[in-house]
Amino acid sequence: MNYVFDFGVVFEKMPELLLGAASTLGLAIAGISLALIIGVLGVAARSSKYRLMRGAVIAFVEVVRNTPFLVQIFFIFFALPMMGIRLNPTVTAIIALAVNGGAYAIEIIRGGVESISKGQVEAGLALGLHKFQVFRLIVLKPAIRTIYPSLVSQFIMLTLTTAVCTSIAAYELTSVAQMIESDTFRSFEVYFTITIMYLFISSIMMGLFALISRHFFSYPTR
Amino acid sequence: MLTSIQTDTPLISLTKVEKWYGAFHALKAINLSVRKGEKIVLCGPSGSGKSTLIRCINALESIQSGTITVDGTTLDNNSTSIDAVRREVGMVFQSFNLFPHMTVLENCTLAPMRVRGASKPDAERIARKYLERVRILDQAEKYPAQLSGGQQQRVAIARALCMEPNVMLFDEPTSALDPEMVKEVLDTMIALAVDGMTMICVTHEMGFARQVADRVIFMASGEIIEEATPEVFFTAPQHPRTQAFLGEILAHH
Ligand SMILES: Nc1ncnc2c1ncn2[C@@H]1O[C@H](COP(=O)(O)OP(=O)(O)OP(=O)(O)O)[C@@H](O)[C@H]1O
Ligand SMILES: [Mg+2]
Repeated sequence: MNYVFDFGVVFEKMPELLLGAASTLGLAIAGISLALIIGVLGVAARSSKYRLMRGAVIAFVEVVRNTPFLVQIFFIFFALPMMGIRLNPTVTAIIALAVNGGAYAIEIIRGGVESISKGQVEAGLALGLHKFQVFRLIVLKPAIRTIYPSLVSQFIMLTLTTAVCTSIAAYELTSVAQMIESDTFRSFEVYFTITIMYLFISSIMMGLFALISRHFFSYPTR
Repeated sequence: MLTSIQTDTPLISLTKVEKWYGAFHALKAINLSVRKGEKIVLCGPSGSGKSTLIRCINALESIQSGTITVDGTTLDNNSTSIDAVRREVGMVFQSFNLFPHMTVLENCTLAPMRVRGASKPDAERIARKYLERVRILDQAEKYPAQLSGGQQQRVAIARALCMEPNVMLFDEPTSALDPEMVKEVLDTMIALAVDGMTMICVTHEMGFARQVADRVIFMASGEIIEEATPEVFFTAPQHPRTQAFLGEILAHH
């Protein structure tokens, strides 16, 4: 092996890489926030009294979970413009991540909601709260608490899936790395460096999720 | 028996109520009327429909025919009547059903704020009043999991009272409690009875029934078999099923 390592290139391009990492973090946080909203609203809609609404949620979840993310993002980026919807790569990436993560979040959160005892719901109804208030104020928090670890690992996966957004030339860490690599041919140094950076990004997300957990879910249970 | 403040107009009336769970006939031609201030104890064997009956009164279960009227509001399928009835009827469950993610105080202020539109300070003032009344104000900042069963059930009673209901329904409020905690909950209920609350209690606590009930109602197989004052009910039950039931209950106590 006579490859000579030269991380000088990487240090030179560090500002760009850090910007790419920040962008990845931004995409992940935006995607996860929207995915969480889709997840919660989806679960609420899934128990709607309207059959059409319930059916739509189920269909949405099935379509998203049984097709590749790459195809989903291509669909939004290349197919939607044919119908007059033209979105820039960053917006496309956020929407694709939100839609994909949202479908998984619906399934995970639904599991949590189903684990909440009927007695909780009945106590809320008996106090005069409406069905949606019961869901939002009584069921939701304990439900998310029970499935929080699964939700977190799904969202960490979503964080790493941002790399696929390179395929539509969205600005994020992997696409920045690709540009640097094709300019410098320093494949090992560049990909080694972003591997470490992805580990950092994951740790930051884990840290955020731990903070959120401590803030919202630290109430004692038996 | 307590002397109760009663008037003649019924606060709750059930007329020819029929309830089916699919093909299962759970309530059969139930007629019941409860006057303001009256205390009813409902007993009967497991599966006889006691829970179903009281859950119909606040529309946790729907009925297939007959009418239920609470404080002038007749329950029908529109949500206005259900809302109106639930605002007037408090319920306490066997399994407490406190909200685990809220403090005792938050459990108590939730409905007054969200249903009655009370301001936070008002809701908290009311909550403290009722927590004081069930002698648990000192635990107001704790979470349900940090309380004993008896304490949790007293909080559940306070939580229901915070809506200032006209009627309280109790579904076996002491059945899930360790024996040493039964008394504190029963004492709370007795105090409530003394204050004139209209109460329907599903319970097998016969001492409580003797002390508090104006009428004891015995159900079996979805029907009201017998109703009488506690003296008559316990000393001279008429129906053989009542006699058999009392024989069993008293053997266990
Ligand atoms: N949701 C339901 N679906 C079908 N059947 C039900 C349902 N709830 C209750 N039942 C049935 O209706 C009957 C009456 O039930 P209910 O809970 O009112 O009895 P209960 O008198 O309160 O008994 P227990 O003392 O065990 O609490 C029982 O046979 C029960 O199996
Ligand atoms: Mg019951």
